[in-house]
Amino acid sequence: MTIAVDASITRGTFTVTVAAELEPGMVVAVLGPNGSGKSTLLRAIAGLQPISAGTIRIDDVVVDDAGHVFAPPQERAIGLVPQDYALFPHLTVRDNVAFGPRSRGAGRRAAADLAEATLARLGISDLTDRKPGQISGGQAQRVALARALATDPAILLLDEPLAALDVESRDAVRAELDIHLSTFAGCTVLVTHDPLDALLLADRVLVIEEGRIVQDGTPADLAHQPATTYVAALMGVTLLRGSAHDGLLSVDGGGVLHIADADVSGRVQCVVRPESVTLHRQEPEGSARNIWPGTVGSLQPSHDRVRVLIDAAPGVVAVVTPAAVAELGLVKGTPIWMSMKAVDLAVYRSPAH
Amino acid sequence: MSSRRISPRPAFLMVPGIIALAFLVLPLLALLWQAPWGDITSIVSSPLALDALRLSLVTSLTATAFATVVGVPLAWLLAREVLPATRLVRALVIVPLLLPPVVSGVMLLSAFGRRGFVGQYLYSAFGIQLPFTTAGVVLAEAFVAMPFLIITLEGAFRSLDRRYEDAAITLGASSWTVFRRVTVPLIAPSLLAGAVLCWARALGEFGATITFAGNLPGVTQTMPLAVYSALESDRSAAIALSVLLLGVCVAVLVALRGYYLKGASA
Repeated sequence: MTIAVDASITRGTFTVTVAAELEPGMVVAVLGPNGSGKSTLLRAIAGLQPISAGTIRIDDVVVDDAGHVFAPPQERAIGLVPQDYALFPHLTVRDNVAFGPRSRGAGRRAAADLAEATLARLGISDLTDRKPGQISGGQAQRVALARALATDPAILLLDEPLAALDVESRDAVRAELDIHLSTFAGCTVLVTHDPLDALLLADRVLVIEEGRIVQDGTPADLAHQPATTYVAALMGVTLLRGSAHDGLLSVDGGGVLHIADADVSGRVQCVVRPESVTLHRQEPEGSARNIWPGTVGSLQPSHDRVRVLIDAAPGVVAVVTPAAVAELGLVKGTPIWMSMKAVDLAVYRSPAH
Repeated sequence: MSSRRISPRPAFLMVPGIIALAFLVLPLLALLWQAPWGDITSIVSSPLALDALRLSLVTSLTATAFATVVGVPLAWLLAREVLPATRLVRALVIVPLLLPPVVSGVMLLSAFGRRGFVGQYLYSAFGIQLPFTTAGVVLAEAFVAMPFLIITLEGAFRSLDRRYEDAAITLGASSWTVFRRVTVPLIAPSLLAGAVLCWARALGEFGATITFAGNLPGVTQTMPLAVYSALESDRSAAIALSVLLLGVCVAVLVALRGYYLKGASA
């Protein structure tokens, strides 16, 4: 069951344009900031939102061609886990899960049996007779998944599956979701604004910004060669753009850095991992090929590290321990020297956009 | 520093507020004060009173059922803005709410009277005559009361979270199944509130009923009409019948106290 999307979807004044083929057995994450159009894409695949141009095919059958053909959601083999789960509050967990089979023609008894079997498969039989108001967010996530899987869909669509959960339960629910998604034979599309969900759950990530796909790759691709500043920021690295020639990178906006690969030339991007930047109070002497001055722009504590944003040419982010912040006496405006090995600069060709 | 919060009681709100309360409660107390408690059982169990009460209950419940069957779908159409000129349609729906009921009665005569717009064909083709019949009472009550149901339900449909219906659709439910098993159960409290409002308005209907259906005991004389008629001949009987009507309303209010006495939050 393959999904082929080559379509524009218009909602109000906003248009999302997407071209992608999604293969079965794969978890594809659609990652993007709020308002980037990722939920709109999901609604279009589900048939809740007609497209305005192009086509959507499910297994080589056109389900929407922005004109003659439009298969309503009832005719598409999809299972949707909506944002905040939207469990029917007036029905028990059993009846929620039995709703799909009942709607698709199963008898009352058969649908209830199927619901109970699905709940057992997901290990939540104890919730069978509860109402949605009596279960936790993590449990509701599992029930919503069971409800979507009970119709035996070929395509599973998840809209922000973990956003409704508190931070404490998110990790556990994500790990469990990962197990269920990996055993699902069909095609899974997961929409999220959380890079952790995309990196941990997906085999492939489509990054969408302002209605366009800006990157399409594996989680490793995103981490090593982020296409845009947004992706780089999600990965916690600094993205520099510039021109390379003779082992030097002239960074857009000022500054020249040594790079290890002398053969690269032309427009390139390069990732600076915060761990590879070393900070000094005085101009250092050493083996590092790149040494340049700047001032501390801001300090952002995160867990047991502090991210130091440095105004310089080029400006980068460094990560240090709180102890280092104290020893170096870092505050906003402190003059500082940076050093970095040329081999730590991962240079790659700018994606064509 | 005290953590106890004392509600301010400014006199410019307290005084008029208490006047309003007295104004609303005084007539109620006066009615109960003047009620002929000794004769009340014989008055309310007289054939005339029982006929009027039976007729009132039958017609108001029929009118409410009719309003629910056709009014709920119209409320849905208005909420989802699927009709052309939704704002105009909504204005038209609210007209009977604002109109003097006697004018509603005249309008019904123009439409369904023997020589009316539609009524003449109903009569010539089927021999159906609506004015001065029990069916005419139901028509008058439904015309005046249905807008209450529609505006209550339209608000409920409008504020309903669409994700429940979307989820049901993706699970394969037909639009009828979605409406029956998801939409209606989710708006059930508003449906009950709207139906009760509509029923109470139908039960109290006077102007449109007397204009369109007349005041024939046993046929079109509902409780409010019986009270009006009794007032001309036997004042204490009018008061006794009023107490009976009040009792019916209080009984419903008590039965639904969860909805109306909790405040406007629901």
